[in-house]
Amino acid sequence: MRYAAARLGYGFLLLAGVSILSFLLADLSPGDAAAEMRLNPRISPGAVAALRVRYGLDRPLPVRYVRWLRSVASGELGWSVAYGAPVGPLLWRRAGNTLVLAVTAMALAWLVAVPAGVWAAARQGSWVDRLGLAASAVLLAVSELVLALLGLAVAARTGLLPAGGMASLDYDALGGWERARDLAAHLALPAVVLALSAFPVVLRHVRAAVAEALESPFVQAARGHGIPRRRLLWRHALPAAAKPLVSLLGLSIAGLLSGSVLVEVVLSWPGLGPLLLQAILARDLHVVVGAILLSSVFLVLGNLVADLLLYWVDPRVRGA
Amino acid sequence: MSRRHRVSLALAAGFLALLYAAAFGAGFLAPYGFDEQDREHSYAPPVRLRFRDGAGRLHLRPFIHRWVERPGVPGVYAEDVTRAFPVRFFVRTPLGRPRLFGVDAPARLYLLGTDRFGRDQLSRLLYGARISLFSGLLAAILAVGLGLLAGAAAGFRGGWLDQVLMRTSELFLALPWLYLLLAVRAVLPLDLAPSGSFLLLVAVLGAVGWARPARLVRGAVLSARGRDYVLAAQGFGASELYVLRRHVLPQAVGVALTQLALLVPQYVLAEVALSFLGLGVAEPVPSWGTMLAELERYEVLTSYRWLLWPAVLLTGVVLSYHTLAEHIRERLQAGEV
Repeated sequence: MRYAAARLGYGFLLLAGVSILSFLLADLSPGDAAAEMRLNPRISPGAVAALRVRYGLDRPLPVRYVRWLRSVASGELGWSVAYGAPVGPLLWRRAGNTLVLAVTAMALAWLVAVPAGVWAAARQGSWVDRLGLAASAVLLAVSELVLALLGLAVAARTGLLPAGGMASLDYDALGGWERARDLAAHLALPAVVLALSAFPVVLRHVRAAVAEALESPFVQAARGHGIPRRRLLWRHALPAAAKPLVSLLGLSIAGLLSGSVLVEVVLSWPGLGPLLLQAILARDLHVVVGAILLSSVFLVLGNLVADLLLYWVDPRVRGA
Repeated sequence: MSRRHRVSLALAAGFLALLYAAAFGAGFLAPYGFDEQDREHSYAPPVRLRFRDGAGRLHLRPFIHRWVERPGVPGVYAEDVTRAFPVRFFVRTPLGRPRLFGVDAPARLYLLGTDRFGRDQLSRLLYGARISLFSGLLAAILAVGLGLLAGAAAGFRGGWLDQVLMRTSELFLALPWLYLLLAVRAVLPLDLAPSGSFLLLVAVLGAVGWARPARLVRGAVLSARGRDYVLAAQGFGASELYVLRRHVLPQAVGVALTQLALLVPQYVLAEVALSFLGLGVAEPVPSWGTMLAELERYEVLTSYRWLLWPAVLLTGVVLSYHTLAEHIRERLQAGEV
């Protein structure tokens, strides 16, 4: 319990730091939404000044930060000048979409990579193993951007899958079951693309970790006792290899979120990525800060889950 | 080192050397300027190099036919076989700049086809490699350099400096890299001259990436500092700077090298991603990212396959760097560096 509380406290400290850092960064940025308006000859300087007062842009930095923190506490996360609405509701929706995409992709990648990695570790040096290693090395070198473009090309060519967006035009008219099917059809392409980009990393780690576990004395001893190979792999080697893999689970979230920005933009999945991009181009700073903070929340939460999972999986952590 | 290892290393290093040299010499190798438009040849496919003419005679010097739009079918090209244009070497452009190869006007040598504005893809690919490859390399050197400084300072000094540096690095690592990159990019002006945006990219990438190398270097420094020979040197009255330079930093260099080989491809990808998103260099200056951005429209993507060359080269570059990094790591483990 103390372990979990310590990890949680650390996560909160980290988030507080990230919030200050991102707020500072946003503040350094030249020009704000009001400055863009100043260029418009039809808006009087007085109106711009009034807007700045209204959005609190004329206050000193610490005051603005505290005001922003207060709005974070109320779930608003500041005010989007471009949308003329609180940032919170905008972000929740988009963040949910990103989460759906990332979690699906992660599940896909791990469900395939873990058995494949164990299988490869059991057959080290065979031609299947070498082929798998070579293929994963190539896949590792293909950027999410290129994968997404290829996915888009395949979808556009074959017409099997919708090539973008999250819902069909007649989504609102569909029944519950059809809605789920529509969503799944739209989710399939971005999720597979993202899973493909995460897959080689997971595969290589699983293979290396299981291979190392297979070398360890207790597995050798178990083999000597005549425990069947399948049981040896899945019941003895894999749990012993779990520790680095669980850490990887937490770490891979960062890569997944970064990759999902590109996948979302190319395949027009309405997640955090496109929102962040628009906000940067429109100088909508509170949206930028909010999106970055949320991405960091995901990362910290992911690592927290991994830590707890580790606590559950590995008795050595419990003892420490 | 097995033979297969040597071959893969040679292939990777050779490919990279070739590409960097080509990018460096783009002004001479590229047949056209990166912004030379040819509105009559929008999305023209790659020309076919021919050796055998209509009469069946074989030519040593390859020649091409001009693409002409089929009358009444805009965007569809056919070869005008009535005239042949031999490929010439060491030609001069109309402005008198020397180029390695080209063809006589009015034909144009589009070895890899053209884009929407009829700009030569090969030329843009080479000029784009300048931006994409060199910004990645410079930014990685900057990031590892900063990491080396911060890590060495933190590991050697310890105390509050260590605390501050390491806590800051944790903040940087608490953000997904692309989000962090976008956050830093958001701070900076959006419309810049090409040279300005190139330097800006390098600075942003370098500033964002120092955290991981710094932590690794700090670890290496800490482990080196506890060694007996370091303690002995200190006992003999060696100055801090001497110990740092003579005994501690050499330990950290291996770590820094591996990080460099891993960071360069990541930064090449980052530059491509930023330019793709419209936050890197701006048109008409090409980067592989801005070239790929054209493919976001799927009708372009499915119709003009030759526009995918940046993606192919990008994958090759990343694969080569990964191979290099793998080799450096293996050698380090074997204690050869």
